[in-house]
Amino acid sequence: MRATVLVRPKPGILDPQGQAVESSLRHLGFEVGDARVGRLVDVELPTDDRDEARTQLERMCEQLLANPLIESYEIELAEAP
Amino acid sequence: MSERPLVPVVVFPGSNDDRDAARALERLGAEAPRVWHTDEGLPAGTAAVVLPGGFSYGDYLRCGAIARFSPIMRAVVAFARDGGLVLGICNGFQILTEAGLLPGALRPNASLSFVCRDVPLVVESAEAPFTSRCASGQELTIPVKHGDGCFFADDELLDELDAAGQIVLRYAAGTNPNGAIADVAGVQNADGNVFGLMPHPEHAVDPLLGSSDGALILGSLVDAARLSLAAAV
Repeated sequence: MRATVLVRPKPGILDPQGQAVESSLRHLGFEVGDARVGRLVDVELPTDDRDEARTQLERMCEQLLANPLIESYEIELAEAP
Repeated sequence: MSERPLVPVVVFPGSNDDRDAARALERLGAEAPRVWHTDEGLPAGTAAVVLPGGFSYGDYLRCGAIARFSPIMRAVVAFARDGGLVLGICNGFQILTEAGLLPGALRPNASLSFVCRDVPLVVESAEAPFTSRCASGQELTIPVKHGDGCFFADDELLDELDAAGQIVLRYAAGTNPNGAIADVAGVQNADGNVFGLMPHPEHAVDPLLGSSDGALILGSLVDAARLSLAAAV
């Protein structure tokens, strides 16, 4: 099963990358506010059991993919074909 | 009592300050062999461990996030949990926070620029084994060189660290090079045996380098390492 993990800086955490992106977008003439830059990790899991996949992914996030002090994460499982 | 305490410096793929750290420690009276990240254990008789600066594993994912899974880190964590002295410099500091041996996290500099310059630091606590050669309130000049040195702790953690005297070094008022919260430049763990700092004491151990103040930090570590050996005999 294919899954995607989205990792974001938590609200309130200074995100200079997001600020730089926002400022560049404004330079281009886009009306944007509060841009934040996170990270996306796609992984292939050797299971089709959605509950098991989610449990595994949560452990991956807690142990490596996100730093819980500064980042939040969201797990998206691919729709069954 | 050993004349020269054994203070190994760990080399990760991408470490680049290990030689300077080892050389500075040797000058200050330690024996400082470099040990490889795939080693399963620390050399027998290790009195303190140094995790040096650099860009371990290319800073992939988050600085220090991958290095903490190196085989040697299991030994370093066990050594620290037993009360062993561990110093992390720059990337070493990042690795120690990722490994959970030190509180807080290090984020990209607020300016998004890599900063490389001498910075004035204030010693907040000279009780620590890592600053015993300093006086509380003393100002030190030591260089920083990093892109991800913005220390972060939430309000609750910051209050806790402040109250417990775990904030050992701060950037002098108005000189914060990276946006670190509360000007934090170096923190220690609750037990006081693990210390991490963003500035590089190993690059400031001789007047020819612009400052000798780094020798006060590394010299304090060598003193503490010698004492820990004497206590163990």
